[in-house]
Amino acid sequence: MIRFLLLFTAFFAAQTAFASDNFLGVPRFKGVKPVFNSNYESSCGECHFAYFPGLLPGRSWKKLMDPKALEDHFGENAELEEPDRLEVLNFLVRNAADQSHYKRSVKIARSLRDGSTPLRITEVPYIKRKHSEIPAKMIKGNKKVRSLSNCLKCHTQAKEKGIFDEDTVSIPGYREWDD
Amino acid sequence: MRTLWAAVLILGFASPAMAENIIPEMLKTYEAAGASHFDAKAGSALWHKKYAAPENAESPKPRSCQACHGVDLTKSGAHIRTGKVIEPMALSVNPQRFSEAKKMRKWFRRNCKWVMGRVCTAQEKGDILTYLQQQ
Repeated sequence: MIRFLLLFTAFFAAQTAFASDNFLGVPRFKGVKPVFNSNYESSCGECHFAYFPGLLPGRSWKKLMDPKALEDHFGENAELEEPDRLEVLNFLVRNAADQSHYKRSVKIARSLRDGSTPLRITEVPYIKRKHSEIPAKMIKGNKKVRSLSNCLKCHTQAKEKGIFDEDTVSIPGYREWDD
Repeated sequence: MRTLWAAVLILGFASPAMAENIIPEMLKTYEAAGASHFDAKAGSALWHKKYAAPENAESPKPRSCQACHGVDLTKSGAHIRTGKVIEPMALSVNPQRFSEAKKMRKWFRRNCKWVMGRVCTAQEKGDILTYLQQQ
């Protein structure tokens, strides 16, 4: 009995130490790890949502954060001073999808087992597949959304919690829509 | 001695919250780089000038500061691609502007290259800041 109690306590201690969320005492690493870094927020987040590192594998972040690549970041100049570039790159790679236990990150990494290096989150096979059934008029043709890259327009719990579950989705102009 | 500590404490606690316009210090660094006699009119001309988009650009629209910052500097602008709000440039309505040297260096570099296809000279940066400071 004592051994059981010890195990039980150890289990709960470990769970509160590591779990971001739990369900009936079972730790859940549900979405994408919601990590923040003030340098990343100012270096990248002044133009767009600072996408969680767990949405791309480390090799993608390395390619995106290359000094030459930053000079032409999808047609924009996103150059950084070298100390900032290195700090942001380190933060991204350390928390990248291929380093994460979180469910969505694991699935993202698994969908890229062919070794490809997407530069856009919207090109990740898993992300593409998850959005393939949504009619274009709700995203591209939706003035309030405009692009699949505007995650936060529909994923209402993404920014604070890194949660992307379907029941937390609310498409502007199509609140009642359900597949 | 006590007053000295009080001053240290007040400065230490108060300074992070206070946004201070550092344009005068920036102008000094430009002067150290050889620029002089900063001119708001020249700055205004640069701010409003339209430059042809590079050939490989997605949009052929001419580029200018106003493309993202908008026509009215006391109003917020929007990033031309992502639509993200850019707070007003005018100090009169946004005292947080021009308080961070690193941010100013970063955006001068990125935006001069995007609009003009090259970095701005110290003289150009000084002229632009002199113009913006008066808004």
